[in-house]
Amino acid sequence: MNDKTDAARLDAFRTDVLREICNIGAGNAATALSKLMNRRVDMRILRVLPLPFNDIVEYAGGAENIVAAVFARFEGSLSGNVLFAADEQEARHLILALTGTEQEGFSPLACSVIQEIGNILIGSYLTALSDFLGMELRPTVPSLAVDMAGAILSFSLMEIGRTSDTAIMIDAGLGTEDAPPSEERTSRIFLLPDPESFETIFVALGVGDHGKD
Amino acid sequence: MAKIKVGIAELAVARFPDSVTTLGLGSCVGVAIYDETKRIAGLVHIMLPAMDLAKGAEFNRAKFADSGIPQLLEMMLRAGALGRRLTAKIAGGAQMFTFSDKTDSVRIGSRNVEACRRTLQNLGIPLLAEDTGGSFGRTVEIFSETGLYEIRAVGKDKRII
Repeated sequence: MNDKTDAARLDAFRTDVLREICNIGAGNAATALSKLMNRRVDMRILRVLPLPFNDIVEYAGGAENIVAAVFARFEGSLSGNVLFAADEQEARHLILALTGTEQEGFSPLACSVIQEIGNILIGSYLTALSDFLGMELRPTVPSLAVDMAGAILSFSLMEIGRTSDTAIMIDAGLGTEDAPPSEERTSRIFLLPDPESFETIFVALGVGDHGKD
Repeated sequence: MAKIKVGIAELAVARFPDSVTTLGLGSCVGVAIYDETKRIAGLVHIMLPAMDLAKGAEFNRAKFADSGIPQLLEMMLRAGALGRRLTAKIAGGAQMFTFSDKTDSVRIGSRNVEACRRTLQNLGIPLLAEDTGGSFGRTVEIFSETGLYEIRAVGKDKRII
């Protein structure tokens, strides 16, 4: 579809720029969670790349992979969707690492811990981006769902769907001391800015392409 | 029997004995159209209600209710289905997350369902049954042999409409 728009303008240099600023956000999010839980957690950007919607779903473990997800939309100078997601095994590991208690599956208590982790990570991630870019971001109150990854991701991709069938996915992996962030782990934040927001970011950082093309 | 898989904003038509499935519908709607005599079944995975929401001149027709359902109809007719025999069933259109503010994006599931119903009505395709709304994801499959539409959701019994 509109491959000539945002996805194609994401060259190697701009990919690095996005990775760097989002690493600031992810690092800030990890610090906030570490302080609160008094346990060391790490978060870093694993992938920044344009992917067709259906490939993003596969990347997240497939459409029927059951995940707990905390979703927020943000508006302001930049707009987009942000999603914290973890599958059942990862949720159990995180809750054990952070609270020292065993929780079976997506019990109500496990879900409230996941919701809390998601709130903290999303809030501090967006605050760091907002501070660094000097732009206002107003997030909605994050909301939790436990369901198929396809159902959750397709909702999160809806706004981007107005422009394209491809989204620039910014994947930040969460890890603990004994299990560092990696693509094999499934607790992650997907940052999915609206297509128009990328140019705003690049212009703010002096790497916009006005005058090009 | 082959099971043809369609993803987000995709569509496909199956002949006997094959079926068409789409996995993990959330606010999206799976619109199944069926010709009982020819045993031809089609499925489109609708993401948004109307093509006037598209930004830009070029877009994937299958993504929007008012362009995706006509596109599926064209595909079915090309496959040999007869227009006056076609019937439809729909599933999906959930609200996956709850928010304090009732903005349009939150209501997208029910807007998708309304748009699918309206488009089917405009095309003169009777809507025989639907399993829509709620706050949960659905996997659906339409069988060309029977026209039955199977709906699966996490922690719920399988439903056949």
